[in-house]
Order: sequence, then C-alpha cells, then structure tokens
Amino acid sequence: MSNTAEFPLLSLIMFTPLVGAVLLLFVSKHSENTIRWIANGFAVLGFLVSLPLWFWLDQSTSDWQFVERLSWIPSIGAEYFIGVDGFSALLILLATLMGSIAILSSWTAITERVKEYYIFLLLLQTGMIGAFVSLDFLLFFVFWEVMLVPMYFLIGIWGSTNRLYSAIKFFLFTLVGSVIMLLGILAVYFYHHEVTGVYTFDITRFHELNMPFDLQWWVFLAFFLGFAVKVPMFPFHTWLPDAHTDAPTAGSVILAAVLLKMGTYGFIRFSLPILPEATQAFVPWVVWLSIIGIIYGALVAMAQRDWKRLVAYSSVSHMGMVMLGMFALTPVGITGSIVQQINHGISTGGLFLLVGVVYERRHTREISEYGGLSKIMPAYAAVFLVMTMSSIGLPTLNGFIGEILILQGIFVVNKVWAAFAATGIVLGAAYMLWLYQRTMFGTVNNPKNEGLADLSLREFATFTPLLILAVWIGLYPKPFIDRLDTSVDRVMARVNSTYAPLNAGAADEDEAEPGGGDLLAQIDGETTGDGFDRLVRLPVRGGSR
Amino acid sequence: MDLIWLIPLLPGLGAAVNGLLGIRYFSKPVAAGIACAAMGGSLLLSLFAFAQLLGAEHREHIVTIANWIPPIPLETVSGVGQFEVPWAFRLDPLSGMMILIVTGIGFLIHLYSSSYMDHEPRGGYVRFFTYLNLFCFFMLMLVLGSSFLVMFVGWEGVGLCSYLLIGFWYHKKSAADAGKKAFIVNRIGDFGFVLGVFLVFFTFGTLDFREVAEAAAHMPVEAGGFGVISLICLLLFVGATGKSAQIPLYVWLPDAMEGPTPVSALIHAATMVTAGVYMVARNAVLFEHAPNVMFIVAVVGAVTALVAATIGLVQTDIKKVLAYSTVSQLGYMFLATGVGAFSAAAFHLMTHAFFKALLFLGSGSVIHAMNDEQDMQKMGNMRRYMPVTFITMFVGSIAIAGIPPFSGFFSKDEILAYTFQENKVLWGLAVITAGMTAFYMFRLIFMTFFGEYRGPSWEKADDSHGDHGHDDNHGHAWHGPHESPRLMTTPLWVLAVGAIVAGFVGIPAAIGDFIGVGNAIHHFLEPSFTAGLAGHGDEHAGLHLSHAVEWALMAFSVLVAACGIGLAYVNYVRRPERAAQWKTNWAGAHRVLTNKYYVDELYDATAVKGTMASGRGLWTFDKGVVDGAVNGAGWLTRAAAWVSHVLDKYIVDGLVNLVGWIFAEGSYVFRRGQTGLIQNYAVATLFGVFVFVTVYVVARYVG
Repeated sequence: MSNTAEFPLLSLIMFTPLVGAVLLLFVSKHSENTIRWIANGFAVLGFLVSLPLWFWLDQSTSDWQFVERLSWIPSIGAEYFIGVDGFSALLILLATLMGSIAILSSWTAITERVKEYYIFLLLLQTGMIGAFVSLDFLLFFVFWEVMLVPMYFLIGIWGSTNRLYSAIKFFLFTLVGSVIMLLGILAVYFYHHEVTGVYTFDITRFHELNMPFDLQWWVFLAFFLGFAVKVPMFPFHTWLPDAHTDAPTAGSVILAAVLLKMGTYGFIRFSLPILPEATQAFVPWVVWLSIIGIIYGALVAMAQRDWKRLVAYSSVSHMGMVMLGMFALTPVGITGSIVQQINHGISTGGLFLLVGVVYERRHTREISEYGGLSKIMPAYAAVFLVMTMSSIGLPTLNGFIGEILILQGIFVVNKVWAAFAATGIVLGAAYMLWLYQRTMFGTVNNPKNEGLADLSLREFATFTPLLILAVWIGLYPKPFIDRLDTSVDRVMARVNSTYAPLNAGAADEDEAEPGGGDLLAQIDGETTGDGFDRLVRLPVRGGSR
Repeated sequence: MDLIWLIPLLPGLGAAVNGLLGIRYFSKPVAAGIACAAMGGSLLLSLFAFAQLLGAEHREHIVTIANWIPPIPLETVSGVGQFEVPWAFRLDPLSGMMILIVTGIGFLIHLYSSSYMDHEPRGGYVRFFTYLNLFCFFMLMLVLGSSFLVMFVGWEGVGLCSYLLIGFWYHKKSAADAGKKAFIVNRIGDFGFVLGVFLVFFTFGTLDFREVAEAAAHMPVEAGGFGVISLICLLLFVGATGKSAQIPLYVWLPDAMEGPTPVSALIHAATMVTAGVYMVARNAVLFEHAPNVMFIVAVVGAVTALVAATIGLVQTDIKKVLAYSTVSQLGYMFLATGVGAFSAAAFHLMTHAFFKALLFLGSGSVIHAMNDEQDMQKMGNMRRYMPVTFITMFVGSIAIAGIPPFSGFFSKDEILAYTFQENKVLWGLAVITAGMTAFYMFRLIFMTFFGEYRGPSWEKADDSHGDHGHDDNHGHAWHGPHESPRLMTTPLWVLAVGAIVAGFVGIPAAIGDFIGVGNAIHHFLEPSFTAGLAGHGDEHAGLHLSHAVEWALMAFSVLVAACGIGLAYVNYVRRPERAAQWKTNWAGAHRVLTNKYYVDELYDATAVKGTMASGRGLWTFDKGVVDGAVNGAGWLTRAAAWVSHVLDKYIVDGLVNLVGWIFAEGSYVFRRGQTGLIQNYAVATLFGVFVFVTVYVVARYVG
C-alpha cells in the first residue's frame, strides 16, 4: 500500500478526462457516436482510476495521502502540490462517479454540437478534481476558476429558454465571490510571509497559522463570500434556480452533485482550519443563515410549478442543512455535514437526472403537464420514489444518516437551532410528496403522456449506482464515516482547542495556544521538509525535518 | 433467540424479491405465495423465540448484528460521550408479545389479502404484497429495535408503507391525498420524536433503551417540576400522538381508510398505530420519572377516546366507524400508560389487535360482498347472506364493547380500574366512552346485518354504482351479496377465537383470586417496564383497590356497555325511525359530529393554507426582492455602463473630436491656399520675399 504514492495517482485521476477532451479534438465532429463512445469511455476510465482512493486510503493517519509536489511558479512560491485526505477522496469519488453518470445521461439528450459538449464536460471534470486535490491555494484558485468556463458554456449553449441570462448570472455571481476570495487568499499569503519570511500558498502551512483575530475576521468574510455563493447560502442563492433550470440535465447533475460541494469543501478545508477564531465568532450568523436557507428553500420549493426549479430550491434547503452541521463545530455535526454532502450529490443528482428523463420525452418541466406517470412508467416511478425518500431522509436510505448526525450535532450546541432546523424534515416531506403526487399519482389526464416510454436500459444504468449507494449509506455508513475520521479530527483540532479525537490516544491533551494544535505542528514537520519526501506518502509521522 | 434478526429480515427479503422481480415477472399465486411464506416463516421464528423467552431465566436478550453509525465523539451533559448506534435487536416480554401480534395477525392478513385483492391486475397485486411485506419488515424492526434510532427506522418505515398502501389506488385523488396527509402529519409528530431522541442522547449519552432506563432510574422523579426527563417524555409523546393518531394529530387516520381494507386492519388497527403506545410503554421508566407528562398523556388519551367515540356515533361509512373506534381505543391505551398501567395498556393493545383486526377484516368481507359499497345506509340484513362474517363480527363487537368473558372486557376493565384509582374524572370520561363504544359498535352491527336490505338489487346492479370503490378493474358482474371465500373467512374464525380467549391471560385479581388464576400477562410483561429499576419489585405500580371495589367497577362498566347495546338495539332494530328523529332533533350537534368538529377544516385553513401562502409569498419575495436586488445590481451596472457610454461618446470623445474639429476647421483657411496653380504660388513667393525684404530693411536701417 505504501508504495502507491510513488505512482502519481492523483494526477492520473485528474488528467484522464483532460486526455479524453484532447483526444476528442482530433475526432471529426460528424462522427457523433464515436465522440460519445470516447467521452463515455474516458469518463468511466476516470471513475475506475479513482477507485484506488477508496481502497488504498489509509484511515489511520491524519497525513495527506497520495501526495505529489513539484515546483510550479517558484518566484511567488506557488507549487503543484496535490494530495488528499478522506474528505477530499470521497468528494473526488463522487465527482468521478457523477461525471460518468452525467456523461452517460447525455447520450440521446444532446444532438447539437456534440463534440464541444463532451469536451466541455470532460474539462469540467478535470477542473473539479483539480480543485479537490489541490493543497496549494493558488492552484486551487486556478482550478476553481477553470471550472467556471465549461459550466458557463454548458448552460449558455445547451441550455433552455433563458440560458444566456442564467449562464451570465452564474458566471458573474461566482466570479464576484471568487475575486473577493482571492483577496482573502492574498491576505493570508502575505501574512504568512510577514510571519515566516516564506512566500508560499501551501495550505498545510496555512493550517498552522495563528492570524490575529481582526485579520481572520476580514479574511473569513472574504472567503465566506466566495464559498457562500457557491454553496449557495441564503441570500446568495438566486443564481442557482436559474442555472439549474436552464442547464442541460448533465449540467444540472454536475452542478448539484459536485459544484455546490466546492463551497462546502472550501469552508471545511480553508475557512474553518485557517481561521478558527473567526469561524467561532461567525457561528451564529452562519447558523441563522443556514436555518433561514433550510426553511426558506423548502417553503419556496413548495410554491414552484416548475419541476426542476422545485428540485433546485430543495437544494438550497439541503445545503443549508449541510452548512448547519458544519458550523455546529462538533465532530458529529461535521461528519454529518460531509456525509450529507455526498448524500445530496446522490439524491439531488438523481432527482435532476429523473427530471431530465421526462424532459427529454416531453420537453416541458411544468409539473401540471404531468400526472399519473406511475401507470405509464412504473420503473421510473419506483426509482423516483426511492430518490424522493432518500431526499426527505427516510431511515435505511442515505439522507437519514446525514440529517440525524447534523441535527444531533447541532442539538448539543443549541437546542433552539436544532428545533428550527428540524422543521426542515416536515417541510421536506411536504413539498417532495406533493411533487410526487402531482407527477406520479392521479390519472393520466394529458394525452401527450400516454405513450411515454419507461426507463431505457441506459437510463436505468445511470440510476443503478445511485440506488445502490443510497441503500448502502443508509444501512451501513461505517466505511464512509471511518474514512472521514481523521479529516474531521483535523478540523476539530483547529476550531476547538480542547478537542481530543477518539482514535488518537497519544494526541495532545495539553492546552494548545489559541488556535494552535500540537497535532498539526507534527504534521508541519513533514510539510516543511524539502518537498520530495512528500512524494512518498509517509504512513508514520516521521521527523523528516 | 440469536436469530431474532431474521424475524424482520424474512418479510424484508420477501418484499425485495417481489419488488425487484415479482412486479415484472411473477404470477399472482407465486407472489402471494412468497409473501405469505415469508410471513409464515417469520411467525414460526417468532413462536420459537417466544417459547425460548418463556423458558429463559433472564427474559431479556439483545442481539447485535453490525455497526450502523460508528462511534463519533460528542458532548453530552456529563462530558464527552460517543454517538454510536449499532444494529441491535432486543427480545424481552414486551417485544416478544409484539412480534407475536405482528407476525400472527400479519400472516392472517396476508392470507386474507391473497383473496381480497384478487380483483387487482397482476402488477398491482404483486405491488400490494411487496408493500405489505415491507410493512411487516419495518414494523418488526420498530418492535425489536433495541435503541431509539433503530426503532425510528421502523417508525419511519411503517410510515412510508402506510403512505404507499393508503395511496395504493393512487389514481384516486382522495387516496393519494390521504396517503400524503398521513405521511406529513406523522412527520410533524416525528419532529417532536427526533428532538426527544436528541435530548435523550444529550442527557444520557446513549440511545439504547436499557441503558437509558438504567440511567433514568437513578435520577429523581420530577414530581414537582418540569425537568429534562419531562421534556424528553413530552417530545417523545408528540411523536406518539402522530403515529398513534391522538389529539391533535389524529386527523390522518380516518382518511387512511382510503387504503384497501386488509391494510386498514393490519396497519391502521392492529399494529402500526399502536407503535406510539408501544414506544411509551418501552420507555416506561422514563415516563415514570415524569409524572406531569404522565398526566398529560392520560388526559390526551381520555379526551381523544371520548372525542373520537362521539364522532364514531354518527358515521355511516362502515370503515370510518371502525377508524374512529380505533382512535378511541388507542386513547384508552394512552390513558392506561398515563395512569402508570403499562401492562394494562399493552394488554389492551393485544386484545384490541385481535378484535379490531377481526372487525376490519369482517367489514372488508361485507364491502367485498356489496361490491365495494361502504355506506351502511345501503346495507342491512346482511346476516342472511354472509353468516360467517356476521357471527365473527358479532363476536368482535361484543369483545370491543366489553362484555365478559370476551377479551375486551378484561383489558378495558383493567384500564378502568387503574384509572379509577388514579383519577375519578378521567375514569368518568372513560366509562362514558365505553358506553358510546358499545353503542356505535352495535349500531354498526344492526345497521349492517339486521333490518331491511337497503342496497341495490342485483338483477340490474351490474355496474351502476361504485362511486366508493376501486371497481374499475372488476372484470365480473356482481351477483348480489355473498359470503366470502374460505381464504377470507378462515382468518375471521381464527381472529374471532382470539377475540374471545385473548383476555384470559389477564384475569383481574378479583376474579382470579376467586377461581385461582393469576394475571399471567401482568407478571409476564412487568420486567419490561421495570428494566433498570434496581430494587423495585413487580408491584411498583400495582392496583390497590379492594376486591369489592373491583367487582363494583366491573359490574358498572358492564352495565354501561349493556345500556349502549340496548340503546343501539332500540334505535336501529326495534324502532329505526327513532334514529332519524334523533338526527332531526339534534341537527346542530349531528352536523358538528358528522363534520368531525371541523378540525380538518381548521387545520386546512391555518396550517396548510398558511404554509402554502408563505411558500408563495416567499417565492414572490425571492423573485422580487432577493433576485430583484441581483437584477437591480445588474441593471445598475448596465445603467452605469450606459452613462459611461454617453459620457464617453459625448464628453470624452466629444473633447477629442472637438480638438480634431478645430484643427480640421482651422486648416480650412490654409487649405484654400493650396490651389495647385503655379502663378498663385509665384505671387505668394514674391509677396513673401517682399515682406522679408521689407522687414530686413526696416530692422536694419530704422533700428
């Protein structure tokens, strides 16, 4: 196992889609099926090469794993520095899986400018994976921006009615947020230089920084704008329903399943551990925005007449739940938050796929156009039922695990917050079941629906992994939660100086300096090594200094 | 006993096989066979486990099969604990009794359904058995779960199955609506339940029933105030009011009668709706420590029992009568738990499962015979056509009315005795309810089985009615009311026997001492309610009434029941016109009752409409204000751009152009000189020379 890191696994995962995209450039745009096969092939290949992340991840260490480190822009200290922990590994797996599913789902849905479409989707894959693996803040930022472009075109070219408006809105919203985030990054960068005399974007070093509270406060705000737009949190959410509604199905799936996770990933990877004191100071604000998001998103979802827009608003509600768990700043809450990020990818991604299936057949998203589909498309109705139940957190399915951990995690912090947030479970059931009733139940009143075909084999194939995952996480989430232990510990050690992880008996009990932690100081020992020793993942914390 | 996890798993597998393969491929008999076999196997295992439990010295057995939520550190009141939930099942007297009820009655209802649902097309038929098996899986999880969270899995799962089965005929809007209503109202209850669970963990650092009970046993009884245990119990009870249809969340259960009748029998009478009672009984030690909440439970139970019974008095839909009766009887059970008579509650739960399942299946048999007619006003004299159904339903009615020696008498009497000891007012309410129960049940019997036949005549009644039912799929003509096939009557017989004898396990002391029999169920169940209470004996909440008082109470309640039956007899058999007279004389009250006190309308006008309106309002807000701000910012940017554009074009560029213009215009003068004619240039040159020379001369000689 320990020799796997000598092999540039992460680069392979990241660049496999890119290779596919480059290859597509050389294929004639008229041989559309060849293009489809190549794109699907590389997407699946991308997923397969990411599987070692699941099997080879060492759950016992809090070190970064599969690390690769090369010089990039030495004059400013930026490096090609990548590596993962359990958290990012799971998100990468989610990205490669959902990417394959999204690409497979487009087979018949996209018939125009097929080549460019797949190239953009594959580029997007590389961008997303790159953001998740980056341990260099500048590298992260580059990937963060890179993702924007393909998504912009996916919405703007292959979207529906209001696509240009939505695409530009999506682009500008994220861009404004990320520009301000860049200021925050630079502030940390220069502060780090001021303290240590070293110019670097190394995130692992930033994780040990003890910035003065005032600076933390401002940087938190800057990061917050960048990430909160992406999550999206109320009141920065309005780009989401538009983008989702107008994006092609695959775009919506990726957007919901992976792109939104960039925001929550950013919070957990950057805001919380780099700015622990500011994080604590902002807890009530973020929590209330999350609670508003949960309830507001659910209520607005209830008022929707557009199927896809309803799912989009439900996303706002669910992501509020994710943020809430995170800002509980308890291990259970953060674990729940991460689990729920994956769950949201599965269930909301699945719901968007489901809308896509009927949209492809009927070219309308109006809920009132449907009704009685259970009779015509029984398999579809069954899958939709499972996804609905997963979305509203029925036990034995995945959503429940996340919700219960989040709510339990926040409950021990503040009972009132938990009570407000728990209303989400009632409202969630209300709007989803009403949607289900309006589309699936009743009689088939609309003659246009009479001849609809049930799920094809290919469509069924897109849902199968999601169904399996939903049940797996619902019944036996242990493998997922175990993989998150050390990631959660890392964050907890920063935001709560008295925190003692369960599995690290030798961990520091002694009071750390404000915001500091000896555990991390130990990791520091490696990161300040001369770089190349990081190429080999060290299972034991070595004194490489 | 180590295999108790197979008890829920078998029906779960049945559901999986039928759901994944059956709906597409299996014939009706194969699907029904699989479903029944799964339940039969589960029943056998339950009997086996129960026998082992009876023989065991220590009547508690916990089986942990896997980790579910692995340990994660989390603060509790007493320092950092570990949030951890294993897949663990617990067999003790209480859950042992419950698995027998669920698998036993479940099995009978599976058999019954295989005939009752025969009119369904194949796909629907298999789907029905899938749901039914799935329900039993979740119900057994609920019962066997050894922690709050595993119980909650079953708790929510049965809610899902209830939703699916109520809405089984989803093409009917009323059915789909009812299913949704059931789920959402239950979710409101669950809101309280999960908060209660969170508080349990926060307080005790564990979610395991036994550990919680042990920890709670060491805490003081919150007699004077409203402490944390009281809050826990109150929140849990909110969950119970949802699942067990108590005030204020009972409104979904009558609507749930939209489901097929076997479903009403199994889920909405015998098993699922008793889950709330079971949960409260399961946490007896907790509730014992919260006397104030116990009182609330008792009051809610008694009032629900009474209110539901009053509504039941005037319903004409045979299933609605039974539905309100169920709500009312569940109220009895909560009254029992509220006065600390947990074993009486469980006892009544058990006898009620028999006679109410019987009554529902009987009503299903009638509905079946009447070609899906549910209105009792269109029935009458049915005993002539279906004697078995009549006899068995009659038995059930006697049992529920509380006439000795049928089962309902014993369990209801025990509840009444405990209530009498605790609180005379509540006892009064309960006795009035008992009278009403006897009245409306026999009203049902008399309207259905006695008097004139008021239904459609079947020579011309092939397809002229069916506004109530699911008869679109009936392929055959109706040939008048008829007795149901053997597959349906056999379960009726079995349940009728149960309704007669089930009470003998709980013979009250007054009679028991007389004939030398102890109260078997009381002794059997008691350990489940005192688990964790070290040093407390069996008699921690005993009955301290003298035998004379007990005899008097029994006699009185039998008398009241007899009066109810007599009144029904007079009004519906002897002088049916009097019923109509009552209706006109008390028109106002009658209207209120038939409209169920307008509670649905109230909820609709407030909660439902309020939520919808706020949803729409917020959406307008979202579009107008939140997004308006965004679009406004966009508009402002564009406006600024336009202004810049104008500035640029007319001011900045204008200046540039002005300069250019000046030069252009200025050069006009000079341009005029560029004529291209040599003579002009020559003149100009001469003129220039002249000027220069002049200047030179003047400068030289003047200066």
